[in-house]
Amino acid sequence: MIIRKPADINPSEITPESVFHGRREFLRRAGLAGTGLLAGSGCAAEEDPAEDPGTLSKLEVASGSPYSTDAEPNSLEDIMSYNNFYEFGLDKSDPARLSGDFRPRPWSVTVDGEAELTGTFDLDDFIRPHPIEERVYRLRCVEAWSMVVPWNGIALGDLIKRFKPTSRAKYVAFETVVRPEEMPGQRRGVLDFPYVEGLTMAEAMNPLSILALGVYGVSLPNQNGAPIRLVVPWKYGFKSIKSIVRISFTEKEPPTTWNLAAPREYGFYANVNPEVNHPRWSQAKERTIGTGFFGEKKPTLMFNGYGEQVASLYEGMDLRKFY
Amino acid sequence: MPSNRQIRFFLKPLVFLACTAPLAWIGLRVIGFGPSLGPNPVEVLQDEFGIWTLRLLLATLAMTPMRYALGKAWPIRFRRMLGLFAFSYATLHFANYLVLDQQFDWALILEDILDRPFITVGFVGLMLLVPLAITSTRGWQSRLGKRWIRLHKLVYPATILVCWHFWWQVKKDATEPLIYVGLLILLLGARLWHNRRGARVKTTGPTTS
Ligand code: HEM
Repeated sequence: MIIRKPADINPSEITPESVFHGRREFLRRAGLAGTGLLAGSGCAAEEDPAEDPGTLSKLEVASGSPYSTDAEPNSLEDIMSYNNFYEFGLDKSDPARLSGDFRPRPWSVTVDGEAELTGTFDLDDFIRPHPIEERVYRLRCVEAWSMVVPWNGIALGDLIKRFKPTSRAKYVAFETVVRPEEMPGQRRGVLDFPYVEGLTMAEAMNPLSILALGVYGVSLPNQNGAPIRLVVPWKYGFKSIKSIVRISFTEKEPPTTWNLAAPREYGFYANVNPEVNHPRWSQAKERTIGTGFFGEKKPTLMFNGYGEQVASLYEGMDLRKFY
Repeated sequence: MPSNRQIRFFLKPLVFLACTAPLAWIGLRVIGFGPSLGPNPVEVLQDEFGIWTLRLLLATLAMTPMRYALGKAWPIRFRRMLGLFAFSYATLHFANYLVLDQQFDWALILEDILDRPFITVGFVGLMLLVPLAITSTRGWQSRLGKRWIRLHKLVYPATILVCWHFWWQVKKDATEPLIYVGLLILLLGARLWHNRRGARVKTTGPTTS
């Protein structure tokens, strides 16, 4: 279990009210989970979550964050039922339906490459020193839809410092687990698995970058990238790699999965940018998930609205060329 | 072989109902019966209308090979209805795109049609179907005579284009569009094969095409 801190703060004191209500709504739903409604977990609500790795356990979330948006978060149901996670299937509903066999515990993460401290670490040890914060972030998919997600995670930069990357470390590469026996989409081999992603060192150290362990105060559902995933909210969603088993510090720009699959469509940087057109989707506007048939599309913001925090990372760069 | 009466009073109403069933089912889901349309219902409508358009187009194109296979002309009597249903679903697909998806943002719509290859070919495909729908009546058929047949050959490029549209809008796994492309090749191949055979036996007897 990922309980890091004693429950000394009432979450309602530190959480935007809407989020808090969302969490209560979740707990109500979690009650339903025992009846089998929750994708594939098939566990009884009374069971000790630690004994059934398919169960979502409660997290202790340390604090709110100045980086959180005050936009209304999507319901947990939306967040858990509308996913792009090709390891489980191609349709948005596949990850929720087909991720029931996935076992996010026990889990270990390997750190290698240009760092002083490398090795393979049990997930609990890996994250232990870091407080889990709530970060309510906008999520913008390259398919021109968006959500607001109350992640619970740790600052990636703080974690990276612990491993003392050397001066040669210019990039951070991430890799998703390969378990075809638990991930039906990997058996179909639509993409070249393992899924790999990467950031520049400066991007990874940016305070917006987090490794998420939960959402709405519970551990990540399988379909959302359990047990640990990247969240970089100023980039298109596919950069936020899920179910991470390896973090490597590299000198050269690491390969990234969608860039390998369709280099003209997906670049290494993949910053949200309404001006750089995509051959499939106009990036000028976005549809907010959960707004039904008539929800008005909103204009997409440069860097998904996080320009204040990240624009300086790209100063002097031609973002049309480095898309 | 079904009699005239059976076709008119039984088979045609049955096919009519079958063609409205997908729409009725989508309608029920919209008003909250049956499985939910999920967090992005506009996308589900787009995809459902699109795929049913394509299925009905292929069904329309299946009538002539069916006639060859059976050696009977009656399948042709379903062709117009199937074609018009295909066009209706295409219209819903396009209307959903204009109204609910793009919300009448004409600048973006124009950009999509001009700059996004998968939309360009879908749009051209739809435009090719418009004159066919208009001239589908008996009146137009007799007015145009031989030219009607030539005009309605536009259904072939139209279907090829919309299969292409389906193929191109897929991000990665093209299995499903390729199944439809395969069916289309079979249906067009059956015509070619029949016509070549027909050309060879032309001297021995009349053929229909
Ligand atoms: C006869 C004409 C057409 C046919 C048969 C057709 C068919 C299809 C099919 C089969 C799909 C994929 C559905 C799926 O993913 O399951 C699709 C998607 C789509 N079509 Fe069409 N289409 C036609 C015309 C058009 C036109 C004229 C437009 C717009 C100008 C259009 C816009 C779209 C869009 C936006 C999508 C959805 C892409 C997505 O989900 O990301 N289509 N169409």
